Parts: sequence; C-alpha cells; structure tokens
Amino acid sequence: MDRSLALLGLVGAGPTHGYDLKHRYDSVFGTARVMAFGQIYSTLGRMIRDGHIETLGQEPGAGPDRKRYQITATGREHLQRWLREPDVPSPQMQTNLFAKTVLALMLDDDADALLDTQRTALLGRMRQLTTDKANAPLLERLAIDHALFHIEADLRWIDMTSARLTDMKNEVSFHA
Amino acid sequence: MPDPIIAATGLHKSFGSTEALRGVDLTVERGEVLAVMGPSGSGKSTLIHCLAGVLAPDEGTVVMDGIDLTALNADARARVRLTRIGFVFQFGQLLPDLTAVDNVALPLLMASTARRRANVQAHEWLDRLGLADQAAKVPGTMSGGQAQRVAIARALVTSPAVLFADEPTGSLDSVSAENVLTAMLDVVRDVGTTVMLITHDARTAAYADREVIVRDGRLSGAHAGVAL
Repeated sequence: MDRSLALLGLVGAGPTHGYDLKHRYDSVFGTARVMAFGQIYSTLGRMIRDGHIETLGQEPGAGPDRKRYQITATGREHLQRWLREPDVPSPQMQTNLFAKTVLALMLDDDADALLDTQRTALLGRMRQLTTDKANAPLLERLAIDHALFHIEADLRWIDMTSARLTDMKNEVSFHA
Repeated sequence: MPDPIIAATGLHKSFGSTEALRGVDLTVERGEVLAVMGPSGSGKSTLIHCLAGVLAPDEGTVVMDGIDLTALNADARARVRLTRIGFVFQFGQLLPDLTAVDNVALPLLMASTARRRANVQAHEWLDRLGLADQAAKVPGTMSGGQAQRVAIARALVTSPAVLFADEPTGSLDSVSAENVLTAMLDVVRDVGTTVMLITHDARTAAYADREVIVRDGRLSGAHAGVAL
C-alpha cells in the first residue's frame, strides 16, 4: 500500500490536524504497522510541496499541533486517479520460492522437502491469523482476510508445483 | 498428559494392485481438531474410512476411544459408528421431507431413544447452533448455511466421541462457510468433541489445531506422527 496516498485519502475525507491524522491512519490501516509522527509530518510536508494539500491556518486540535490540513483540487484529482487505476499484480514468477524450487531441482536438492517446509510455515501463519481474526473488529478482520487469501494463493501454487516436480526437473535439466 | 482418542498404527490398504495406504501412523488427542488435507487420489478418503471403521485396513490397527475397530466385524463397526462417531458431508445429507428437528432427532430414534427425549435433545442442539427458530422448517426452505448447521446438529446429537467432517463448508460461499465453521467449532470445543476436518481448503484447515497432509498413501514429511 502506498502510505502517502492513504494519508492523502484520509485528508480528503475532511480537514484534519497531523495528530488526528496519525490516529485515524493507525485505526484504519495500522493493523500490521502504525505510522510514526515523524513520518506523518514528513509526508504532509511532501504533499504540500506537491500541491496536493494545503494548510488551513492555525487552529487548536486534540494534539499539540495547530495546523490543519485540507486536500486541494490537484490533490483530489491525484487521489481519484489512483483510486480508479487497477493495481498491477505483482510478478509471481520472481518470488524467492520459485527461484529456490528451480535451483533445488538444478542442484539435485530435495525440492519436495523445500515445498513441504514452506507449506508448513504458511499453514502455521494462516492458523495464527485465523486465531487473531476471531475477536478482531471488522476492519481488522477484513485486513486479515486479505492476507489469508494471498497465503492461500501461495499454497495453491505450492500444491501445483509439488505435483509437477518431475516434469519441472526435466525442463530445468534441459535448460541447464 | 496425552490422551489419544484415535491411535492408528501401520495402516496399509490396497484396492487390487493400487496401494492406497502405505503404512500410516497417526495419533489424535481427545478434543483435538485435526485437519486432514491432501490432493485427490492421495489416500485421504481411504485413511478416513479406515479411521471411522467404514473400511477394514489390510494391515495395522485403529483404536478409537479404547475400542480396537480392526478387531470388530462389519456389524460391530456399524454399531460403533452409530453411537460413537458423527459424520457431516458436503452435500445432500438431510432428508428433504423431514423438518429440521426431525432430521436432528433421527440418529437418536435409530439408537432407540424415546421420541419425546429425542425431540428435546434435537431442539437443544438446534439451539446451540443458533437454529432455534428453524426447527419446524424443512431443508428446502433454508439457506445452504442453515441446512449445513442442521446437519452438524444431527451429527452431534448422539454426543459422538469423534466428528468426521468431510468438506463441511465446501458448497458454501466464503461468508456462509466461515459462519458455519465457526458455529461448529465453537460447539465442539465447548463440549470437547474431537474433530477430523477433511478439507482441500487451507483457509478451512487454518481453523484446526494442526493439520496432516496425505500424499501417495503416506502422511507427508513434517506433518506425520503424534500430536505436538
């Protein structure tokens, strides 16, 4: 996730102070990693420089800072372009696991064991996330679901690859 | 202290020249929820059938809740299945002309429980699964998720030692599947029933306490062996 665009979106939802923005970000997107104040203010500085937000002057808020920020027309256009643009899937063929599997076959190492180890780790991670999900609020549950579906895709790839290791071995031997 | 409810040792089973199981050892602890995974043709169904006493292995033993299933004849195994084992499948297990409460009461009536008592227990299990208001409905008028929860109530009404749930949410959409799975596991964990959760779906398996993977008639690599 592009954190500066997520912050721009939050400012776009209504004028806010940096202090409030940090807490809004953490509650909506900070499941895995909260954002430090320093990072919030440096990102706000860049957004002002790029003309995406502007200050509304000095007004008291919940925190020690006085400045309020609002999105500009340019910022809203930038934000809407990003929102409407489909994300490009990450190139799965470049994953470490793909490289490890191919290299294990080339090196006559145990590719099946490698895939088993990875499968066990991913299933363990899924179990942990599923436990975390049990009593989580809705937004956090949806973030966890997103992670679970991605891990499931990796597991499907492992199952498919595991079933095709013999053919794959012939293929990489030919290229070697 | 370990308290195994299923102890399978050295299971072998062949169909003609095809070896479906090639020496499986598996221990399941009382109250454990174990996911059994594996691709089609891996021997997963044969293993489950042997553990549930549906099939007799060619070699090896299966001891369930202190009963050596491999020492029993087919009739005696059927009796064990009726009283000690519950089954939930993916499709078509409810009798379409019976109401939810009559479907749930059926295994009790087959085990010679008095009708009044069977009905009381059936209502209790429907209530536990959040279906108190569905008791008088027939399966065709319920959602897929509700019908599956009725099937779970029916499987649990005899208080089985082990519940075999074979792709119990395989025919449901993601949200219904999660609701059904959560309802089932909340209840079984509450009453301490052991569950063998047979599934292809990693997200379903993630609800279990651990998983075993069957491949080529054996338990795969790091997953084999005794419960941790």
